[in-house]
Amino acid sequence: MPAYYLEIAVVVLGLVLLLVEAFTPPQHKRRIGWAALAGIAATFLLLLTVKSHCGCDSPMWQFYDDSSLSLFFKGLALLCTAFVLMLGLEYLPVLEKYSARAGGGPATGEFFALPVLICAGLMWMASAIDITTIFLSLELTTIGFYIMVAYMRRNVGSLEAGVKYLILGALSTGILVYGLSWLFGATGQTGLDAIRTALPSAARGPALFAFALILIALCFKIAAVPFHFWVPDVYQGAPTPVTAFLSVGSKAAGFLVAIRLMEPFLAVESLRTTCIAILVAVACATLILGNLAAIPQGNFKRLLAYSSISHAGFLLLALASDRHTGELTSTRIIAFYLSAYLCMTLLAFAVLIIINKSTGSDELKAFDGLHRRNPFLGFATLIAAASLAGVPLTAGFLGKFFVFIAAAGAQQWLAIGIAVAGAAAGFYYYFKVIRHVYWNTAPEGAAAIPVSPVAKSLLIILIAATLVLGVYPQLILGLL
Amino acid sequence: MPLPPGGAFNNRQPAARSGTNTNDPDRLSPLDLLIFLPIIAAVAMAFGAPARSAALAAAGANLLIALCLAFTFVPGDGFQFEARRAVLNSPAMGFNVGIDGLSLVMVLLTVLVTLAAVWVRPPKEGGEGFWYSSALLIAAGAMGAFVSTDLVFFYAFHELALIPTFLMIGMRGTGNNKDAAWKITIYLGFGSLVLLAGLAWLVVAAAAKGGEMTFDMAKLAAQARGIEGGTQEHIYLTLLIGFGILISLFPFHSWAAPAYASAPAPVAMLHSGVLKKFGLYGLLRVAVPMLPLGQSAEWIQHILIILLLGNILFIGLVTIAQKELDMVLGNSSVMHMGYIFLGIASGNAIGYGGAVLLMFAHGISIALLFALCAAVREKTGTLQFHRLGGMAKGAPVLGLLFGMGAFASIGLPGFANFAGEVNIFFGGFANKSDCGCLGWLEWATILALWGVVMSAVYMLRAYRAVFKGQPGQAVYGVTDIGQDTRIPALLLVAALLITGFFPNLLLDLVRPVVEALAPVSR
Repeated sequence: MPAYYLEIAVVVLGLVLLLVEAFTPPQHKRRIGWAALAGIAATFLLLLTVKSHCGCDSPMWQFYDDSSLSLFFKGLALLCTAFVLMLGLEYLPVLEKYSARAGGGPATGEFFALPVLICAGLMWMASAIDITTIFLSLELTTIGFYIMVAYMRRNVGSLEAGVKYLILGALSTGILVYGLSWLFGATGQTGLDAIRTALPSAARGPALFAFALILIALCFKIAAVPFHFWVPDVYQGAPTPVTAFLSVGSKAAGFLVAIRLMEPFLAVESLRTTCIAILVAVACATLILGNLAAIPQGNFKRLLAYSSISHAGFLLLALASDRHTGELTSTRIIAFYLSAYLCMTLLAFAVLIIINKSTGSDELKAFDGLHRRNPFLGFATLIAAASLAGVPLTAGFLGKFFVFIAAAGAQQWLAIGIAVAGAAAGFYYYFKVIRHVYWNTAPEGAAAIPVSPVAKSLLIILIAATLVLGVYPQLILGLL
Repeated sequence: MPLPPGGAFNNRQPAARSGTNTNDPDRLSPLDLLIFLPIIAAVAMAFGAPARSAALAAAGANLLIALCLAFTFVPGDGFQFEARRAVLNSPAMGFNVGIDGLSLVMVLLTVLVTLAAVWVRPPKEGGEGFWYSSALLIAAGAMGAFVSTDLVFFYAFHELALIPTFLMIGMRGTGNNKDAAWKITIYLGFGSLVLLAGLAWLVVAAAAKGGEMTFDMAKLAAQARGIEGGTQEHIYLTLLIGFGILISLFPFHSWAAPAYASAPAPVAMLHSGVLKKFGLYGLLRVAVPMLPLGQSAEWIQHILIILLLGNILFIGLVTIAQKELDMVLGNSSVMHMGYIFLGIASGNAIGYGGAVLLMFAHGISIALLFALCAAVREKTGTLQFHRLGGMAKGAPVLGLLFGMGAFASIGLPGFANFAGEVNIFFGGFANKSDCGCLGWLEWATILALWGVVMSAVYMLRAYRAVFKGQPGQAVYGVTDIGQDTRIPALLLVAALLITGFFPNLLLDLVRPVVEALAPVSR
């Protein structure tokens, strides 16, 4: 079966869900969520049967890549969507409160259909090897996110986030198109393979200009400094499952596109030094700002926003250190890091959603004494924070360690120094969360926090994945 | 990870010399039990197993296993009881375990201190599961670090202790415990990251001369010889700083004393007794053998000698000025690291052997002192010297045992500390110099000898202030310690005396390893 049937299946699923949603009575909207989850899970099973390079003849292959790397990122997108749908089901009570129609009940059906369509965009991005398909898939994803971010229409924060995301997103889209057109102008090609062969003979100025514009647009997608300004506000305002989706799904697909688009530039020796220098500079700035700005945060969602920025810094450092490490290529490191990031970040967001449902707050204060109010939830927070900080035997540690190895191989000593300092700052603010959970006492009269069976199974899966990846990286790296 | 049965527990022959790889390695090793028994016990507690019994059972079983291993161990310089489980094919990374004489001594130290640490009862009722499982997890982390022969797991297991330490000091500590817990966590977190960067550098530099990147210590040691001199020196310095922070090398020591002072007894015992030895073990296991040019570089030698004199002389004076028992012990623990560094700086087999012996002896003696210190605090509610005094009348056994610990710590003959220190001082003069004059190392050794005087001063003063003289206001009606403190303390005293009278028990194990470490002629 050619891999692109999967995207078709997911798009059809999304459209059918939208159609069915129109005829579902308001009290049964939850079923849309379950149907979407079942469909995504079925697609994931189908993905496991797909082999790369199926050999079937089709004009599609000029635009579409089905290497194991692409299939891996498709799997990542599907898993992320499935977890986000589960988080959405958990988040439904909050969503209903803020999304009421003018004269009637809540409008929550599209909340489960849109992630499916976004997922199709993410999966397509994973396979796009032509600048036109890259752009189209990126837009499919981003437009879906414009709606999702502002989904809670009765909540000012969500609306504000939606407007910010829309304006800056549109701007970055414009810059991306501009950059891609310069790339096309410099090389006369749209396929990445053809661009790779044409770029060495292209003029240096236009090529570097295209590189800069494309990097700016991608920095917006992956939340890198200095194009990160939208991140904290949008993350804080958006419905939490959407924040999780933005933070993981959007970033993962963005990095794969970054790997693909940067690679032709890094392969040209005359451009390489300049491009690497720019990438390292962006990575260092992202590491410094993300980690330092996270320190004073008192809101868990904002903390995760800055943490997302700092992780982008580590990933960019890996991207900029693409040689000299043998089998452990920067692409493999990024793929592993993103898998680890998926587990630990979704775990953190899952805990946040459960706590928010009980306490109505995203503040760190809401975590006070959590280990007494629900020991399991406290433990889940501990694992999430430890892994995000990079404590060994969790997935986050190996991700950081591989980045250090790549950077040492590329002899980026200054960047390593900054990364070490950044990771140490990470210890500070992630352990602050643990401190709230274990050291602080709960406020008077705080009730125990219930965890639904769905949420509990989700937490167990994510905790197990975080720990297993922390000791058995072959599981991921063997796939690539 | 899959662990098919078969081939287990049959690796009793000394393994091939390090550097060679058997074709059909074992998948299981008795060493796995040493790591996983405490973890299993800790998990069982989370599901409601009786905490104290489970902890004692796991720690006791580990002591027996370690003794069996010690008796079946064949002195040699290769890893024994090996098992290899690949977790990543390329670059080669695996959950590989194995012990040589050096790690065996550390294993014995770990099991002894662990058993003593879980024997000490928590001062307050409640939260027993948390108390014992934290202690066991710290012990498991240290054990995993000592038996791992893969660089990543060697590093990773050490960090396993970070979180239980953070939680225990913050939640069950005394005094200014939250600040202390915060400081130790951030400080050690930073130190570990420096160390991590150094290890990454080492691995990458070793692979740069061709050959595949590997984290296996034996293969890495062979590969690392190809690293150029200047690079070796820089990596060595990075590792020295990284490990140094974990060991509380001057001037990176300020986390140690307050953390130990406010930590609950088992954490103070395990951290100062066992976990801190990880850094020294790491220097002897990674930095010294893999980066010989870094170890012998003069400018690094000089830096190390100046810093270790800071540990011995400066911290020695700081310790004398302390007015509370826990701060005396915490600072003395920092000070004694200087001697071990001196042994490592000497660069010859005598000094290395003394360093290993002192690592063992100091680990046991400081754990003993911290256990008894916690008993003093529990009996009297204070550790300030001006409120204590004359405790030996009401609590003669406590006084006797504390005296033994104090004398061991000073380095009185008969205790293992003496044997270790003597070897280190001999090691300091064992290098033949060309000119017949005294070099940096010899002068440092002469200065370090004065540290022994200082430890006598502060230990005897502390002993006098707490146990002798007029009874202080907090001491009235004090009772002696019960079995729950006596048994673990006697266990540790026995270990100190046995290895003190027969230091060759340990030195014979260590000798082949340290002789391989030391260059034949300097």
